[in-house]
Amino acid sequence: MQSPFIKCQNVCFRYGEEDLRLALKNVNFEIEKGQFVAILGHNGSGKSTLAKHFNGVLTPSSGKITVNGIDTADEEKVFELRRTVGMVFQNPDNQIVATIVEEDVAFAPENLGVEPTEIRKRVDDALEAVSMSKYKKHQPHKLSGGQKQRVAIAGVLAMGPECIVLDEPTAMLDPKGREQVMSTIVKLAREQGKTVVLITHFMEEAALCDRVIVMNDGEVYLDGTPKEVFKERQKLKEVGLSVPAVTELCAILNENGLDIAPDIISEEECLREISRALKG
Amino acid sequence: MMDITIGQMYPGNSVVHRLDPRFKIVFTLIFVVMLFSASSAAAMVLNIAFVLFCYILSKIPLKMLWKTLKPVIPIVIFMTVFNVLFFGGETVLFKAWIFKVTLEGVMTAVFMIFRISLIIVGTSLLTYTTSSIELTDAIESLLSPLKKIRFPVHELAMMMTIALRFIPTLIEETQKIMSAQKARGADFESGNLISRAKALMPILIPLFISAIKRAGELATAMESRCYHNGIGRTRLKKLTSSRRDYVALAVMIALAAVVFLFSAFTPKFI
Repeated sequence: MQSPFIKCQNVCFRYGEEDLRLALKNVNFEIEKGQFVAILGHNGSGKSTLAKHFNGVLTPSSGKITVNGIDTADEEKVFELRRTVGMVFQNPDNQIVATIVEEDVAFAPENLGVEPTEIRKRVDDALEAVSMSKYKKHQPHKLSGGQKQRVAIAGVLAMGPECIVLDEPTAMLDPKGREQVMSTIVKLAREQGKTVVLITHFMEEAALCDRVIVMNDGEVYLDGTPKEVFKERQKLKEVGLSVPAVTELCAILNENGLDIAPDIISEEECLREISRALKG
Repeated sequence: MMDITIGQMYPGNSVVHRLDPRFKIVFTLIFVVMLFSASSAAAMVLNIAFVLFCYILSKIPLKMLWKTLKPVIPIVIFMTVFNVLFFGGETVLFKAWIFKVTLEGVMTAVFMIFRISLIIVGTSLLTYTTSSIELTDAIESLLSPLKKIRFPVHELAMMMTIALRFIPTLIEETQKIMSAQKARGADFESGNLISRAKALMPILIPLFISAIKRAGELATAMESRCYHNGIGRTRLKKLTSSRRDYVALAVMIALAAVVFLFSAFTPKFI
């Protein structure tokens, strides 16, 4: 068994020396290579703070995080770390640097000192991976939100990271853009085998992952597969979170005596279960 | 205001687009000198022809010319009126009250109109045909001798790229804030100059706050993409000069020489 890809050990974090409130309290977990993990939580639960720890933008006040064997607090290795863990943020407008799509995607490899021919290849591959190849000469500000966010993902992919951390990438998008971005993220996790950490407050997005970690008040509140986590409907409600609409529906039907599994997380499953229950 | 074209690129693949951006900057400087040394009608006509030729060559639709000029029309009108009324001179066309309109004044005004229009249209061609990254790479490359005296050339270039990148974003933001303030009853259109200026405060303050927030987020995003002050940076498109650029340079110098000759030997208007 190889060692875990991301390992958090007793991670605590406060934003200032005098700040008494801990933004993260004793966070412990491990993420395996290739895992597709969602981190859920409402505003102020510490999920974004946690995300910024994975590539060393923030470092723990106490405790330790290692990513692929690199201690995130090690300033010597900060670029190695950032190349390993790509980070995509909420607002696509605030992470695009250049005025032409392909030049923006080239920004990271340029910073890393990659050879021009290799940059060309990486840029083309990255844009292909997010299905934005035909927009490579476009100006980012003329693209839709979903397209801009995919450019931002391509910009991170061009570094050749093993892991991608996305901090609420769909929060500012319309439903169509959200769908485009989510299908891109799922593709990266499932087809390219990247380790993906998706910070979100959309339950439906979390349901697509292998594992869901629920944060509350700076602590890990629940941790398990989407089915395991969403079964805890009451516990989630206590911290102000809901479950996906289909899960809610099935749970209510179950409570009202319909013979239906209470841990449904996808629409297809839900349809299948309901039609089975009605026939039976 | 919402139709700002300055600093924005007009993507294309023409000869002008493909010129080495370093040469384009030099050409722009030569053009400015050429324009201001033109003191005869023939020299001015040559400048006008040159700008039009460049626009046609770069395949930029001529309506862009109009879009570029539109924001400066008030300034041009203002300067024209001043020149016509207060220039002074010998050949008086007519006199009224304290104003004296002279032939020299009118000619200066006409030249001024052409100079301002051409300088804006001509220099805009540089940003229309050059992406901001190319532009900043070129500036960095041209200014690189200054690195020896520890002048922060790369930082300056990066600042410029980001400024150009955020012009449309901030315009969009301004529109949003204005709509939001209007929806709450703000009035930007009536009142005297002072009350209008005061009405702008509720736009400027949120705009500044959001710009500062954006700057913070952008810095984090850039750091996350391994940006570190341009040390050991490579480029997707390396700046290379080809024969085309040297030919263009030769043409440019020849043209400038002709303009100088015309200015010196054809009849002057002022």
